[in-house]
Amino acid sequence: MLRYILRRVLESIPTLLLIVTIAFALLHAAPGGPFAADKAMLPEIRHSIEARYHLDEPLWRQYLRYLGDLAHGDLGPSFQYRNTSVNQLIAAGLPVDLTVGLSAIVLALLAGIPIGLNAAWRRHTLWDRLPMGLAVAGISLPVFVVAPLLVLVFAVKLHWLPAGDWVHGSPSHLLLPVAALALPYVAYVARIVRGSALEVLNTSFIRTAHAKGLPAHRILLHHTLRPTLAPVVSFLGPTTAGIVTISIVVETVFGLPGIGRFFVTGALNRDYTLVLGITILYGTLIILFNLLADLCYAWLDPRVRLE
Amino acid sequence: MSNRHRGSWIAGGVLLLVALSSLIVPALSPYDYYTPQLDLISKPPMLQGGHLLGTDPLGRDLLIRVLWGCRISLLIALVASGISVGLGVLWGATAGYAGGTIDALMMRTVDVLYSVPFVPFVIVLTVLFGHELWLMFVAIGAVSWLDIARIVRGETLSLKRREFIEAARVSGVRGARMIGRHIVPNLLGVVIIYATLTVPTVILFEAFMSFLGVGVRVPLASLGSLIADGASDMQAHPHLLLVPAAVLAAIVYCFNFLGDGLRDLLDPRQQS
Repeated sequence: MLRYILRRVLESIPTLLLIVTIAFALLHAAPGGPFAADKAMLPEIRHSIEARYHLDEPLWRQYLRYLGDLAHGDLGPSFQYRNTSVNQLIAAGLPVDLTVGLSAIVLALLAGIPIGLNAAWRRHTLWDRLPMGLAVAGISLPVFVVAPLLVLVFAVKLHWLPAGDWVHGSPSHLLLPVAALALPYVAYVARIVRGSALEVLNTSFIRTAHAKGLPAHRILLHHTLRPTLAPVVSFLGPTTAGIVTISIVVETVFGLPGIGRFFVTGALNRDYTLVLGITILYGTLIILFNLLADLCYAWLDPRVRLE
Repeated sequence: MSNRHRGSWIAGGVLLLVALSSLIVPALSPYDYYTPQLDLISKPPMLQGGHLLGTDPLGRDLLIRVLWGCRISLLIALVASGISVGLGVLWGATAGYAGGTIDALMMRTVDVLYSVPFVPFVIVLTVLFGHELWLMFVAIGAVSWLDIARIVRGETLSLKRREFIEAARVSGVRGARMIGRHIVPNLLGVVIIYATLTVPTVILFEAFMSFLGVGVRVPLASLGSLIADGASDMQAHPHLLLVPAAVLAAIVYCFNFLGDGLRDLLDPRQQS
């Protein structure tokens, strides 16, 4: 197990290196530079700024310098936010995204699994058709549609919940962003659970459980649930990483101080280090959550060998 | 069963209607998507003057702007899913047919690409290279082919062992001709299903980018940018948010529904 984790971590290094290299090349190949837009700048001042951020060096030296700093966990200074490092910006923004994103995943699981199980158990009844019809609608409603609609109904019309003015740790400020983010994923999880549970319910060990006369709740919770969750777990790996990216939308709608907005403004302002740093962070999150999902998968299905 | 088919027909019909009206109506309407009319700012839907869905904060006809947004959405459905399906089928079929080291290398590449955060990459690409529409389409297509490649490879592996492939090999068919003439046509069912399922994701990807302001350039409207504009003005004029949101949801819903229907029809393993 420990060996497996170690091997996966080592394997991720070339992947991350690839991400860094492509992103670095892309940023530097693009026309314009971080300080090219300031036309009014004196040449001397520009030279001194470029020297400060090592932009006057040849590209390969900048690249090696970046990799060297990265190996020490240093993502460099931001170009756009003077006297602030990318590490500081990420440290300030990431907790917000993780709080909102992970709460949304938990909510999606808590709502989606019972809906899907129930639909599979009572297949082809109203308990199946109605929620599954709604689920197709749910996956068709992206977060950037749900979020403004929730604000319109619950904040603007009903005045039940705040729509912005983020206060750290305030549950009422969390409720709308988390709900908006979770809604499409409730639908995804419910669909996956239904499909997977239908297959499990057709197996012979479930027939045996029925034959033994076990009550429904015992068959569902003790026998069906665990094998049903395997596809959900493999769905969750990339999704959990993706939800941190998608939370750019709820950041925009609800004015949350997360990292997604740094990324968009950073790209618009050619803030190379900020964009690179956040890209690397997203890549790391994908690798991390995929590893966690694979470990969970092996725990759910003991036949799976980690090698 | 026939109920499901009827649903798929309705979904297809709605999409055809959207496609036709987004092609025809902007050509016939006296209004365009970019000329401001400052005496008609943010009007609700009205018959007078033919502004059936009202006007936006610059007095532009909302119906025409929404239909232009539909054009963008349907165009990306064609271009980006075309690219992703083409790339995915070629990659998957080649890897599956070649087998051995080539297969291992190609599929390892796919594994590595799964860890690349594509959303930031497409945003950077589009922003840095000047918001070109075609560039965004190509970029979105180029990042959505991984699932198709995996599925096509799996199908090819089982297809490869079939008699007719053996017969073709005996009669001297090799390499690219084998993949193009004998493998790919037999993958069509799977490919159609996954193409239909790719369409909603690419449509939502474009709308997501335009919502963030890194997609289409003003004054051109996409459903995503219309939703973003509507959201900033929803307190006073909720129809500016509700109309494009409903249209986008309807288009994506129809494609999802169509994809589910096609899967039931073409994939026997999914039938219960």
